[in-house]
Amino acid sequence: MNSVRARGAAGLTKPLLTSDDVSYERVWVQRPHHFWRRLLETRLVGTGLVVLTLVVVCALAAPLIAPYAPNEQDYLALTDPPSLAHPLGTDDIGRDVLSRIIYGSRVSLEVGLIAVGIALAVGVCFGLVAGYAGGPADDAIMRIVDAIQAFPNLILALAITAALGANIANAMLAIGFVAMPGIARLTRGQTLSVREREFVAAARACGATPLGILRLHILPNITAPIIVQATLLMGTAIVTEAALSFLGVGVQPPTPSWGAMLRTGSQYLEVAPWIGVASGAAIFVTVLAINFVGDGLRRALDPRLAGRQRQ
Amino acid sequence: MVPVLLIVSVIAFALLYVLPGDPAVAILGDSAGNQQTYLALRHDLGLDQPLSTQYLSWLGRVLQGDLGRSIRTNEAVSTVLLQRVPISVYLGAAGLVVGLVLGLSVAVVSALRPGSRIDSFGTLLAMGGVAIPSFWQALLLVYVFAVVLRWLPPSGFTSPFVDPLLSLRMLILPAIVLGTHSAAVIMRQGRSALMEVLEQDYVVTARAKGLGDSAVVARHAVKNAMIPLATVIGLQVGTLVSGAAITETVFAIPGVGRAAVDAIFFRDYPVLQGAVLILTLAVLLANLLTDVAYAYLDPRIRYR
Repeated sequence: MNSVRARGAAGLTKPLLTSDDVSYERVWVQRPHHFWRRLLETRLVGTGLVVLTLVVVCALAAPLIAPYAPNEQDYLALTDPPSLAHPLGTDDIGRDVLSRIIYGSRVSLEVGLIAVGIALAVGVCFGLVAGYAGGPADDAIMRIVDAIQAFPNLILALAITAALGANIANAMLAIGFVAMPGIARLTRGQTLSVREREFVAAARACGATPLGILRLHILPNITAPIIVQATLLMGTAIVTEAALSFLGVGVQPPTPSWGAMLRTGSQYLEVAPWIGVASGAAIFVTVLAINFVGDGLRRALDPRLAGRQRQ
Repeated sequence: MVPVLLIVSVIAFALLYVLPGDPAVAILGDSAGNQQTYLALRHDLGLDQPLSTQYLSWLGRVLQGDLGRSIRTNEAVSTVLLQRVPISVYLGAAGLVVGLVLGLSVAVVSALRPGSRIDSFGTLLAMGGVAIPSFWQALLLVYVFAVVLRWLPPSGFTSPFVDPLLSLRMLILPAIVLGTHSAAVIMRQGRSALMEVLEQDYVVTARAKGLGDSAVVARHAVKNAMIPLATVIGLQVGTLVSGAAITETVFAIPGVGRAAVDAIFFRDYPVLQGAVLILTLAVLLANLLTDVAYAYLDPRIRYR
């Protein structure tokens, strides 16, 4: 069952064993031009970056961009179709769909960043300890990680959110918890491969403490694959949040959120299809853009591909 | 696998006991005011025992197939859920078929002409399939095929034994929604697996003796590409089970995933716990079967 993961990990780690690949691992620091050129090699990555910038701008400057306040109701315009006054129509209680989508980007980005942050904080620590300490600590951590991964992701996130109480903070916590095993597994695999390198042995011989070795010598050398994974995970986190809100356990009304709008949209599908179509499109386009950028980062940071270009 | 199962059981148990609110209060409802009935019920439920004792007795009951009683309907959870399992399996199988047929066919076409326009289109399709939120896809499909065109029913479920045709018509949209994500993953992995195989010497030999594309792919390439793909397909079961919660809810299909979602809203925690356990077991079982299939497909692998 793990052979694909194992193959993937082996593929990533193998070229790390050459002596001069550190510059490729940290290519964005040491050779930023090279990094950007590789990143923007395909048009998709550029498109993704533009879309993401747009989403971030929407989130930061929502009050300046949005034509209406997100909860402003117009009782004379209930489920109005798209028009000049309301470019994407209005919802069931007369709120402007476009404005709510612009404000909704805040929730999505917030959840994406914080949930992935939680997954990173816990997962990287677990992975580092498991990979570096080995033995019983490794066994214990990896069994827990296996067990969490055995649960179907969405069901577990749903159950945890419901158990802790249906609100956005708990949803972030649940999404982060569910995403943690993937990060832990990746970090462990990377740590295992770096731990045997000469500079780690040298540091150890110089009397560096395990914590110092992990922080100064191992972590900086395994960040590239973790960054790629974390980027792609943001997309998953945004979709999961939308799914939770869609099912009613995520963001609570009246806070504008794409998932919650889709919930309304599906209830009013026959009379006001624009609510669901527009809010879903916002999720789809954002996640697609994140995936484009994530794939681009993988291409730019993967030492296998960097090595191939060098030849 | 046993230690993993044990930890899974602890998490599932914890789910019920970290919940806000007291199960005894939930069962008694408004009549919880009577202190004596409340304490008696807590004693009956074993809630006055230490957590470790509660866990062990719960585990003992679960191993005997007793998942407790639904707080809402007072039916045995195992009975309720077992009735729903075939429905979920029916939908899941349909989703997997969609994923396999769509995924493999695009993978073959892409791998045969890498870099072509069809290949780029396939890649774009796969990226879209991974990114599209299933509930949005469901909404779009329902709007087009049920609301506008009125070709298919918007939601619901009919047993294939009662009305096979209607059952099939009701299955089409949910199966597409459920299978899309898997199809996208199979497309991507299948394409790279096939391309790797197509570079092998025996494929070159097959081509050299004059075999056409279809014969090379059907007779030589697909079987060998299936070895890495088997793992990918096995892992899709987890995706399908997760997806089932959404798909069954959107299309009002009375499966296990829907039971879990409903249980959350009715605060029917024994049902939620049971559903989570069954779904997780399904995923673990699928992973085990994948390992077996892997050994069968690749005779070089032998588990001892």
